[in-house]
Amino acid sequence: MTVVKMPQLGESVTEGTIIQWFKQPGDSVKLDDPLCEIETEKVTAELPSEFEGTMGKILVPQGETVEVGAALCEIEQAPVPAGAAPGNGRWSGGPMAIPPDYVPAEEPLRPVSAPVARVMAATPSQRTGRTNPEDRSRYYSPAVMRLANERGIDLALVGGTGIGGRITRKDVESAPASPEPAPAPARESTAVPSGSSAYEVVVLSPTRKTIAEHLTRSNLEAPQAWTMVEADVTDLVARRNREKTQFQQQEGTDLTLLPYFTAAVCESLRDYPTLNARWEGGELRRFRALNIAIAVATENGLVTPVIKDAGDLSVFGLAKRIADLAQRAHARKLRLEDIEAGTFTVNNTGSFGSIASKPIVNIPQVGIVTMERVVKRPVVTSGDAIAVRSMVNLCLSFDHRALDGVEAGGFLAKLKAKLETMA
Amino acid sequence: MTVMTVIEAVKTAMDEAMAADDRVFLLGEDVEAGGVFRATEGLHAKYGERVIDSPLAESSIIGLSIGAAHYGLRPIAEIQFADFIHAGFDQLCSEASRWSYRTRGDAYLPMVVRTPWGGGVHGGQHHSQSIEAYYSHMPGIKVVAPSFPADYRSLLHAAIADPNPVLFLEHKRTYRLIRQEIDGAEAETRLGKARVTRRGDDLTIYAYGLMLHESLAAAETLSGEGTECTVVDLLTLNPLDRETILETARATGKVLIVHEDTLTGGLGGEIAAIIAEHAFEYLDAPIRRVAAPDIPAMPFHHAMEDFFMPNREKIAVAARELAAY
Repeated sequence: MTVVKMPQLGESVTEGTIIQWFKQPGDSVKLDDPLCEIETEKVTAELPSEFEGTMGKILVPQGETVEVGAALCEIEQAPVPAGAAPGNGRWSGGPMAIPPDYVPAEEPLRPVSAPVARVMAATPSQRTGRTNPEDRSRYYSPAVMRLANERGIDLALVGGTGIGGRITRKDVESAPASPEPAPAPARESTAVPSGSSAYEVVVLSPTRKTIAEHLTRSNLEAPQAWTMVEADVTDLVARRNREKTQFQQQEGTDLTLLPYFTAAVCESLRDYPTLNARWEGGELRRFRALNIAIAVATENGLVTPVIKDAGDLSVFGLAKRIADLAQRAHARKLRLEDIEAGTFTVNNTGSFGSIASKPIVNIPQVGIVTMERVVKRPVVTSGDAIAVRSMVNLCLSFDHRALDGVEAGGFLAKLKAKLETMA
Repeated sequence: MTVMTVIEAVKTAMDEAMAADDRVFLLGEDVEAGGVFRATEGLHAKYGERVIDSPLAESSIIGLSIGAAHYGLRPIAEIQFADFIHAGFDQLCSEASRWSYRTRGDAYLPMVVRTPWGGGVHGGQHHSQSIEAYYSHMPGIKVVAPSFPADYRSLLHAAIADPNPVLFLEHKRTYRLIRQEIDGAEAETRLGKARVTRRGDDLTIYAYGLMLHESLAAAETLSGEGTECTVVDLLTLNPLDRETILETARATGKVLIVHEDTLTGGLGGEIAAIIAEHAFEYLDAPIRRVAAPDIPAMPFHHAMEDFFMPNREKIAVAARELAAY
C-alpha cells in the first residue's frame, strides 16, 4: 500500500484543502489520473497520481485542510514492470534524515589539533567510547585565563570538564579561590568554619581598610553634633541653567550645582573661621587657606580629594577643579598632595537622591556639610502665598570639641543666605 | 486575539502605511494582481493607481523608486524574487546608497525594496538565493531580515519611515509557515536592534530568517539534553547590533553563527570578527559557523536541497560539539 501525501503547491505554501475526491476506494487508478482537487492560498490544482493501481482508503475527507506532507489517501500499487523506477523517482514528502557521517560546513577549528578535530567531528557516542582525545587540561581559553586572573585561581588545581579535560569557563566560575595569605579581617571570624555556604568573605582592599579605620576613629574620638537647615535655591537653579550651556561649550563638561555650593561654603567659612580648622596635636588650628575636600564615591570606595585655595577660585574655576579631581579619583590617578591638607569637607549626598543625611566628620577637620537633593516643593512665602520652589537641605556635622551650636548655626544661616541670593 | 502569518503581517503593514500616508506607493512585477506570493493582494482594489505593475526589469524598478524618492514620494519596490535583484545592484549600490553622503546630508532617499529570499521551498537555483551579504557590505543601505510576524509588521513600518534606502528581506519559506499571536507580542520598532529570543548559559546562537526558527528548535532539543542556549534574532543585518552581539557573546563565551547563505564571505564572518575583536578575553571556545557549503546555487532536488541548507539537526550537532568543548 502506497501513501499519497499533500504536495507543496507553490513556494511558501504550507497547507492545502481537499475540494473534492475524483477517485473512490476500489476505483482503478492510472498514472497521472487526477485523484483529487486541492485548494491553497495561491492556487487550486488537481493532484495527478504518480502510481498505477487501485484506490485504497481516503484519509482526508472533502473540505478538510491539512499540512504539506500529510497523508491523503492510499493506493494499492499494481506490480511494477521490471526495470521501471518505482514511483517515477519523484520525491514524495518528508525531510531527509541527515546522514550519520554528516559534518557541518564550517571553518576548521584553528586552535584544535588534528586528533581533537577528528574527535570533535565524531558523534557524541563515538566520542565517549573508542576515541581517547589528547590531553587538553593545560590548554586555557581567553575566558579561562581572564577569569582565573580576576579571581586569583590557580588553574593547576581546577579539574576540567571540557573535551580532553579542558578547563571551561564554567569550571573556573565554580572553582573556589585558591588559598592565599588570608586578609586579617577574615581571620577574626574563625568561629565560623571557612568555606561556609552561608556567606562569602569579602577581601578588603587597602582603601576600604583605611576608610574603616578612619571613620571608626572619628566616631570614637570626636563628639559629633548634627544640624540641618533648608534653603530656597530657586534662583540659583535658574542661574545654573543660564550658565551651563556656555560652560558646556567652553569646558566640554556638565556644570552642576556643586561648584556654586562650594563657592558659598568658602564665603561662609570666611565669616566663621572656626569651622575651617583641624583638631590635631592636642590643639585647634584655624587655617587661613580654604582647602575644601570633596567627597567622591568611586568603585573602590570613598575618597576626598582637596581643592587647594578654593576661596581664590570662581564658580567656573571650582567646576573645572572638581571635574578634574573627580575624574582622576575614578581613574585612581590621585596623587598624595591631592588628598592631604583639607580644612573642611563638602559632600554632595544629593547625587544619591538623599534629602537628609548625617555625615561623619573627616577628622582632624572639624566640620563637614552636605548638599542634599534639590526638590520642588510647595512653600509658604512672604505674604502667606504658596509657591512651588526648589528647596534643598544642608546638613552639618561638627566636632563639638572645637565649636558650639552658635557658630555652627551661624555658619549654616550664612550659607543659606548666600545660596538664596546667588541669582 | 489576532493570529498573523508573515505574509499577512507584511501586507498589513503596507496597507496601514498606505492608509496613513498618501506618499507611499507600491511598484513591482504583478503587484496589481497581488504578486506571486499574494503580498499585495487587494491593495490595488483599495488604492488604485498607487499600486503599479512594472516591466520585468529590476534595474528600472529600483531606478524609478530612486527618482520617486527624490521627488518626495515613499516608494515600496517589490522584487519578485531576491535572486532577480542583482539586475538593480548598480542602482542600489552606486546610486541609492550614497545619495545622502554625496549631498552631505542635504538630500535623502526614503525608499524600501522588499523581496522574498531564501530556500527550503524547492525553488531551485533561481528562486532560493540568500542575498544579504552583498548588500550588507554596502554602507548606506540598511538591510532588515525579521523572523516573526509581529517584527515583520513593525520593522516594515520602521523601514518605510526611515529616510535611507532599506532592503527588506522576507523569508519566503516562513511566509505561511510561521504564525504568531500578535496582540501583545514583542515587536521591535527600531532598525539596528537585535533581540535575545531565548536565554541560556552554555552557548549563544546568532541567526535570522528561517534559520532563527531552526535555531530555536535546535535550542529546544538541546535544552532537553541539559544544554541551555541563548538565541539572538539579529533582525537588522546592516547595521548589526554590536552591543547585543557582544553582550551575549561575553555571557556564554561560546558562539555559534547560523546562516543559510554560503559560508565564505557570509555575514557570519563579520559577526565572528566583531566578537573576536571586542570579546576575545571572554571566548571559551573557537567561534563556530553553520552555513551552506560553498556551492554556486541552491540545488533543485529535494535531497540535495536538504544537504545544502542548514537545519535544526545540523545546528544541534554543532551546538552539542561546542557545548562539550
